[in-house]
Amino acid sequence: MADLRVDIRGLQLSNPVLTASGTFGYGLEFADFVPLERLGGIIVKGTTIARREGNPYPRMAEVPSGMLNAVGLQNKGVDYFVDHIYPQLAPIAANWIVNVSGSCVEDYAATAEKLAGLEHISAIEVNISCPNVKQGGMSFGTTTQGAGSVVRAVRKAYPKTMIVKLSPNVTDIAEIARAVEAEGADSVSLINTLLGMAVNVKTRRPVLSTVTGGLSGPCVKPVALRCVWQVAKAVQIPVIGLGGIMTATDAIEFLLAGATAVEVGTANFIDPSVTMKIIDGINTYLEENGFQSVQQIIGKLEV
Amino acid sequence: MPHKNENMAKKGLFDCTVVSNETLNHSYFMLRLQADGLPAMRPGQFVEVRIDHTPDAFLRRPISLHDVQAAEGIISLLIQRVGAGTQHLATLKPGDTVNVLLPLGNGFSLPENGDRRPRVLVGGGVGIAPLLYLGRTLAGQGVPVSFLLGFRSQREMLDLSAFEAVGSVYITTEDGSVGEKGFVTNHSLLQNGQPGFIQTCGPTPMMKAVAAYASAHGIPCEVSLENKMACGLGACLCCVTETQTGHKCVCSDGPVFNISELTWQI
Repeated sequence: MADLRVDIRGLQLSNPVLTASGTFGYGLEFADFVPLERLGGIIVKGTTIARREGNPYPRMAEVPSGMLNAVGLQNKGVDYFVDHIYPQLAPIAANWIVNVSGSCVEDYAATAEKLAGLEHISAIEVNISCPNVKQGGMSFGTTTQGAGSVVRAVRKAYPKTMIVKLSPNVTDIAEIARAVEAEGADSVSLINTLLGMAVNVKTRRPVLSTVTGGLSGPCVKPVALRCVWQVAKAVQIPVIGLGGIMTATDAIEFLLAGATAVEVGTANFIDPSVTMKIIDGINTYLEENGFQSVQQIIGKLEV
Repeated sequence: MPHKNENMAKKGLFDCTVVSNETLNHSYFMLRLQADGLPAMRPGQFVEVRIDHTPDAFLRRPISLHDVQAAEGIISLLIQRVGAGTQHLATLKPGDTVNVLLPLGNGFSLPENGDRRPRVLVGGGVGIAPLLYLGRTLAGQGVPVSFLLGFRSQREMLDLSAFEAVGSVYITTEDGSVGEKGFVTNHSLLQNGQPGFIQTCGPTPMMKAVAAYASAHGIPCEVSLENKMACGLGACLCCVTETQTGHKCVCSDGPVFNISELTWQI
């Protein structure tokens, strides 16, 4: 067995495979398929200061090798999380990470502050890249000033590990990454979904109630790999790569491109046990290629 | 959040072998799958079948349980060819392997405390699929079952002998080519008497009409909804329907809802 441990600036992961927010619920939905404590970490559903009902149905469109979603951060709010969901997660020995979203800087900070007091929440992932909400979300993540302002406010409110999730819907993702690093982010995760659209020619209407939505699945992987490669060269903090990872080979591509860890998202819908196969597959790759540790392949792409 | 219901069987992934795949008419086919160690499955629950080898069908396809032969480990899926996913399933041959996620969803309510009031199970089109297993389960508990099944025309009709073996079968077609002409809600079965409980699955306009009938007559009624799904586990929140208490997942909170939970204008 190779050494799969990685470190996200103090957050110790037993292996580099996390689950992406919004694709794995609160983990418990997958407990029949995955021993949750075997995951490197579990990033739970996007959480906001107040309850959100999300967008109207239809919220999903299947596209070749992927899907569009327009869920719109449906969640019961951070207080409900703290009172009703956290107590179910706390007894399970896993790295629980909460994805935090908001429609203004103050909401992000207030949500992060409420989570800071929870012993068994290891980190937060600040979502400045959700394409499915009218206010906030991605609008913060598309300028260096917007991204910097959220990270600055959350940094004051949250002392533990802060990951910032970046949007690919920008001209220069490395510039945004440098801005959040400068404001004290411990890590960046990328990419969130690509803004996309689907049309039904029979009805001559958009498929999604919101017209546009977030594209995910293997169709986005080449874009995601390119972004991870660019950002890993631009910042000193650890990069977490995601976007269309379906197999261990996909995950290894991200590690080689400079990701310290990866998140698996849409693949959970096709195979709810896929994360275990990816962890095992990374180990097999390391052993077959004579590596003792996953550290030996991170960022080791030969260009 | 998932329900902590101790009665729910553990969900699993099963590599099933195709026992048979029979074309039933111009658009329907019956796929029968076998695997060992299948968990207990309730009427109204569904499965998600993985579609391999075609990029146009990326997600699993949710399909209701038409019939279950627990002792043999066989499930029967009555499927309508609609798009790339179901087209692919129609091409499977006996001996092929297909990966199935099951059992999913809540299922229809079954009688409690020996309640044997007669039930009418109303189906339309491919929505008749989950009613066979439901009807057989009810009949096994001593509940008199009537099936009221609506089709567009004779061309859409299926061999209903399996239904006839379980209960009385009443047919409507929109063009009157078989059974009574018109919609299920116009059928004399509902016009001349009132059932104790209605459970229905079919096109949304049909279910809304059935729900309106049930509501007007004070009859309890359950509907089985079908929305586009991704995970099937209540995690992605894609398949939601509006309820009296906000958005709920059709895959995990449903697919069966009592009409009193929904916000239908009926």
